[in-house]
Amino acid sequence: MNFASQILQYLLSGLSTGAIYSLIGLGFAIIFNSTGIINFAQGEFVMLGGMLTYFFLSVVKVPFAAAMLLAVITSTATGVIFERLAIRPLKQPTHLNLVIITIGGSIFIRGLAMIVWGKDTHTIPTFYGSAPITLEGATILPQHLWIFGITFLVIIINKLFFFYSISGKAMRACAYNRNAASLVGIDVKRMVLFSFAISSSMGAIAGMIAAPLTMTSYDVGIMLGLKGFCAAIIGGMSGGIGTVLGGMILGVLESMGAGLISSGYKDAIAFIILLLILFVRPQGLFRKAETERV
Amino acid sequence: MNVGTLAFLFIMTIFVNQALAAPPIKIGALFSVTGPASFLGEPERNTAQMVADEINRSGGIKGRQVQLIVYDTQGDSTKAVQAATRLIRQDHVSAIIGPSITGDTMAVIPIVEKAGVPLVSCAAGIKITEPVKSWVFKTAQNDSLAVAKIYEYLARHKIKRVAILTVSDSFGSSGREQLKLNAAKYGIQIISDDTYGPKDTDMTPQLTKIRNSQAQALICWGTNPGPAIVARNAKQLGVKIPLYMSHGVSSKKFIELAGDAAEGIILPSGRVLVADLLPNSDRQKKTLLSFVKDYQNHFKKEGDHFGGHAWDAMMLVKTAIERGGDKPSDIRAQLEKIRNFPGIGGVFTYTPKDHSGLNKDAFVLVEIKGKDWVLVH
Repeated sequence: MNFASQILQYLLSGLSTGAIYSLIGLGFAIIFNSTGIINFAQGEFVMLGGMLTYFFLSVVKVPFAAAMLLAVITSTATGVIFERLAIRPLKQPTHLNLVIITIGGSIFIRGLAMIVWGKDTHTIPTFYGSAPITLEGATILPQHLWIFGITFLVIIINKLFFFYSISGKAMRACAYNRNAASLVGIDVKRMVLFSFAISSSMGAIAGMIAAPLTMTSYDVGIMLGLKGFCAAIIGGMSGGIGTVLGGMILGVLESMGAGLISSGYKDAIAFIILLLILFVRPQGLFRKAETERV
Repeated sequence: MNVGTLAFLFIMTIFVNQALAAPPIKIGALFSVTGPASFLGEPERNTAQMVADEINRSGGIKGRQVQLIVYDTQGDSTKAVQAATRLIRQDHVSAIIGPSITGDTMAVIPIVEKAGVPLVSCAAGIKITEPVKSWVFKTAQNDSLAVAKIYEYLARHKIKRVAILTVSDSFGSSGREQLKLNAAKYGIQIISDDTYGPKDTDMTPQLTKIRNSQAQALICWGTNPGPAIVARNAKQLGVKIPLYMSHGVSSKKFIELAGDAAEGIILPSGRVLVADLLPNSDRQKKTLLSFVKDYQNHFKKEGDHFGGHAWDAMMLVKTAIERGGDKPSDIRAQLEKIRNFPGIGGVFTYTPKDHSGLNKDAFVLVEIKGKDWVLVH
């Protein structure tokens, strides 16, 4: 076992964790871009993706593919209901109000999951294949390939939607300037709803593809949400490649740090990076600094 | 006499009866029923309630009913201290069983020592009874005994170089301390010392490092789900060395979470997991089998190692009250006189110098074969 294959192993593990962070980060970015708020309940949609898949598979006992579909649909529905009940009715949508509401929403969803499903950890089966694949001395599982593949697919669909479809362009218009968008006839309220729906379904997909490896329980959303938020910050809250790269960088740095420096500091590394970015380059690594003329 | 007078007299007789009936014996309980240690607190609370109900059904202790007052510490030592104070000052309990975890127990010790109320803890930390404190006892086996059991086995199989992977919470760090303290005694050298967080979902970096080292065995010390992830990651990475776990995963849940990766893992456990595999001459077998059956009847789940700690605590306090009465100082004195009491965690012998009551025979080594436990000799 030489040093090169060790590094390769850290890299591969880090990339697959990073892919999950990217998907979660994109969820944050999409909502931020269309509404200007950080939806701190994003992590809970990731949790719901995994837990609902477990629920439909093991309790309701539907076939695997149907369980996954139902999980995504239910998660999206939850996201939509959350937006309708918690975000839309706000008469004074200041940033502070919205942040507190999303934090409260996340605690509520987590508590509901705890009451309904208990506190146990649950497993779901891997998608297809379970024999490890060796690559120059490093091993990955087929599930990692599924993670890379699905993440890639979701990102491509995301890009196509936001840049080539009318609804996608309308959502981007809302992000640039809400008032102007509504003046040209875009239904801003509907765009906000869409953004929540898209983010919650992406979160659910992230939760679903990660759960076969990481197992799922009612409180996985907290840390995953935070790490996804870090990924989005590193990427500058961009709805595209920036956040993806942010997630990958975070995953790889965590993995390298745990392997080469000390495993006890794994979480610390993610948060130190977050703090550094916020102090030194708050617009993220990939965005140009914005200035506003008053 | 009219109806009114009759009714009045009838009600008065009921009141008088109540006043004459003996007051219940109050036993307090502190368990982390919710929170991160709920896998300990919930079976412990269930078991304690089950034992209290059974005692009451068979007439109570010396004719007096047992009233079990349970407070949930949520695994938070601040709440544990508040609850303990309440049990002593407001509820006037004669003894307290629990808490479930070492952190809570250490926080509560000064309170019970000052108030003079016996505490029978269900937590494992060796610091609870070493140095000995007059009012504090425990029923869970010391983690040092679990470490000794594993090291003894490794030494017998001529394994000298081990890697350890421990969780960064109090259970894991206590285990790590014991692993490092006792290594030299068994001729073992710890060549790799790594940790992981309780909520980590990927331990491949640590395991990659271990795979590359010269370790002949890996000891993982933690509670579910971490060790299950470690087992799966180890299988994925093709880690060839044998994997040993702590008693923190001695429940069927671990096998369920780790799946095929659990095959061949060896760990120390209380005898309750392999009750039916024990020889009939084993002193605990009868108690174990009836506990497993009772718990199954009550809660539709297998009685496990952790619920057993609460069973032991309740039964030890019951025995002390039967022998000496329910004044706190009498309970304490009687507890110290208990010899060779067959419980779930082991056979207890308390002395004025030893309030933990167990030695390394309290553990057996089990191996996971075919998704079930097998005794290792």
